[in-house]
Amino acid sequence: MRLHIKNGTVVDPASGRDAVGDVFIAEGKIAEEFSKPDRVIDARGLVVAPGFIDLAARLREPGYEYKATLESEMDAAVAGGVTSLACPPDTDPPLDEPGLVDMLRRRAKAISRARVYPVGALTVKLEGKALTEMAELAEAGCVAFSQANVPLIDTQVLWRALQYAATFGFPVWLRAEDSWLAKGGVAHDGEVATRLGLPGIPPFAETIALAAILELARATGARVHACRLSTAGAVAQIRAAKSEGIKVTCDVGIHHVHLCDMDLGYFDSNCRLEPPLRSQRDRDALAKGLADGVIDCLVSDHTPVDEDGKHRPFADAEPGATGLELLLPLALKWGQAKKLSLAATLSRITSEPARILGVGSGRLAPGAPGDVAVFDPGAPVRVTAESLKSQGKNTPFLGYELAGRVRYTVVAGKVVYEA
Amino acid sequence: MQRNPQLNSNGELQHLLSIEGLPREVLLQILDTAESFVGVTEREVKKVPLLRGKSVFNLFFEPSTRTRTTFEIAAKRLSADVINLNIAVSSQSKGESLLDTVANLSAMQADVFVVRHDSSGAPFLIARHVKPHEHVVNAGDGRHAHPTQGLLDLFTIRHYKKDFTRLTAAIVGDVLHSRVARSLIHGLKTLGAPEVRVIGPQTLMPAGVEALGVKVFHDMRAGLKDCDVVVMLRLQSERMSGALLPSAQEYFKHYGLTLEKLALARPEAIVMHPGPMNRGVEIDSSVADGPHSVILPQVTFGIAVRMAVMSIVAGN
Repeated sequence: MRLHIKNGTVVDPASGRDAVGDVFIAEGKIAEEFSKPDRVIDARGLVVAPGFIDLAARLREPGYEYKATLESEMDAAVAGGVTSLACPPDTDPPLDEPGLVDMLRRRAKAISRARVYPVGALTVKLEGKALTEMAELAEAGCVAFSQANVPLIDTQVLWRALQYAATFGFPVWLRAEDSWLAKGGVAHDGEVATRLGLPGIPPFAETIALAAILELARATGARVHACRLSTAGAVAQIRAAKSEGIKVTCDVGIHHVHLCDMDLGYFDSNCRLEPPLRSQRDRDALAKGLADGVIDCLVSDHTPVDEDGKHRPFADAEPGATGLELLLPLALKWGQAKKLSLAATLSRITSEPARILGVGSGRLAPGAPGDVAVFDPGAPVRVTAESLKSQGKNTPFLGYELAGRVRYTVVAGKVVYEA
Repeated sequence: MQRNPQLNSNGELQHLLSIEGLPREVLLQILDTAESFVGVTEREVKKVPLLRGKSVFNLFFEPSTRTRTTFEIAAKRLSADVINLNIAVSSQSKGESLLDTVANLSAMQADVFVVRHDSSGAPFLIARHVKPHEHVVNAGDGRHAHPTQGLLDLFTIRHYKKDFTRLTAAIVGDVLHSRVARSLIHGLKTLGAPEVRVIGPQTLMPAGVEALGVKVFHDMRAGLKDCDVVVMLRLQSERMSGALLPSAQEYFKHYGLTLEKLALARPEAIVMHPGPMNRGVEIDSSVADGPHSVILPQVTFGIAVRMAVMSIVAGN
């Protein structure tokens, strides 16, 4: 399939290209200009960008098919313009064996939507005790290793895991949370939690754990990626660590740059998230940190939860929110608030996550994978249960009017979504 | 932010979920209505027909004898039919969800659900899913709210002190875990109490509690000075020793109410306690049984207040 996308505003953050023009894709890759395409897409008035890359999207397989399936979530991904996604290992069973990883990749390939990059379990069953066969898992296709949201309490194991990963140069993705300080907590430990009578998680549950992770990264030389920052303190720590030359990158979730604990309202269980929504001050620091580059990229932290999991009192509700289809509109909303160029905004969901994943996508240079998102940045998107393709309808943004509608999604030169 | 879920479109009380956010007029309406019921409970025939033919379901997902009993008495004095369900030992243990339980009971034609649950916000969830003619009364949810207790505390304070606008009130003890404290703080602030204090060690104070409009004291003697109202909170036995407190003895020494400490308050100060009391832990018997104590009248007023709440919500 030879594809010619013409007359769109081509925005390629990696090269700085930002002008009306054409993009050609042949044999699955971005190509130089050619004639006689098999298909021409007229992108007049639309933006043509590299397909989006999401470093945290739960597909719920294997084990949680009642919450979502690969089919439903891959449809959601491409409807959101997401052409590559990394999925955390907290499936059931967790991704701690090459066979499971292999099966997941085959299933994903058969569905043929977005590219799926499994993140392997750092420890067996995510129990935080024994290391997984990281080299085997990497051979099976794991791009990094992680505990997802499962705490790794034993710092001796964490130290050894980072040493072992560093031996092979494998990246380790960790969410910083001291499980003792966070124990029993379901909301940011502040005025809102106090008013609602919800057990709190103090901000230093994150900063203390992050300090330990950064020290271990310094000591071991491991490539650490800090997932889902939620506090202003953590942003400051990463800023300092980067200036010291520690090999660390980090991300923030779409909810945490837009929402804060005030949004819990009257116990809205769609705001039950891990990490919790924190104060306005934290939210502002995260949005700013993402703008000035301390935070490398923006992720959906896509977590479909079924109704039964959310129709519960706040503390008993399952944490997480659906997000793949909101990644673009919420990135645009953030970029607009920060007065960033479209290229700078899109870099947080294209070239930056590509760099962290170490993949060739996320750019429109000839030879790069032919993954493209074509979208109308001004088109309104009303977020409703019906409008979401994901099986999870759980999002604090239900009822919001956002902007940014994907019109075409192309993966490896194949149009996998159009609307 | 959504509309306050406990008021109907006319601003009337549809459910009683929390004192927070209720207008002063609604609080006064409840207290005034309760006043009229105090007479009923002193009559020989202690019944009024306001809820005749209506069904009140006591849904207790967390064990309680005292609160459940006072709700039951209050409903019976309003001539309602009362059904007590101790869910902790029935359907929940069979895995039925909270909303399924409520839907099933709703099919049995309930008019009022009195709900106690150990998870903060559970009555809000139920209120969002009941039919328009059904009413939810929160009988205590997690650490969040215990509005009828807060109202009976306000009723008691008004009974003895008449005026809220010159009061200094202190709430002493485990504020962190206390739904009673939260409800009373909101009520006192709404009714114009100029100074509400909370007294306790840092380990028992929730983060940012000052935002509720209270002054924090860690020294009980300083906190009790010139108080008109002293409210002692119950300390759960599982919290008496551990990471929050070293021992009940040390707690009593610093935060237990004795005659000597009470002498720092105003001479006419009243002492309240939501019960059940731990004598010798948060309060000395000489205070609990002494002339300042209004702990037993609180229980009596509690019935009138719960009658008022149920008759008002069911009438709206």
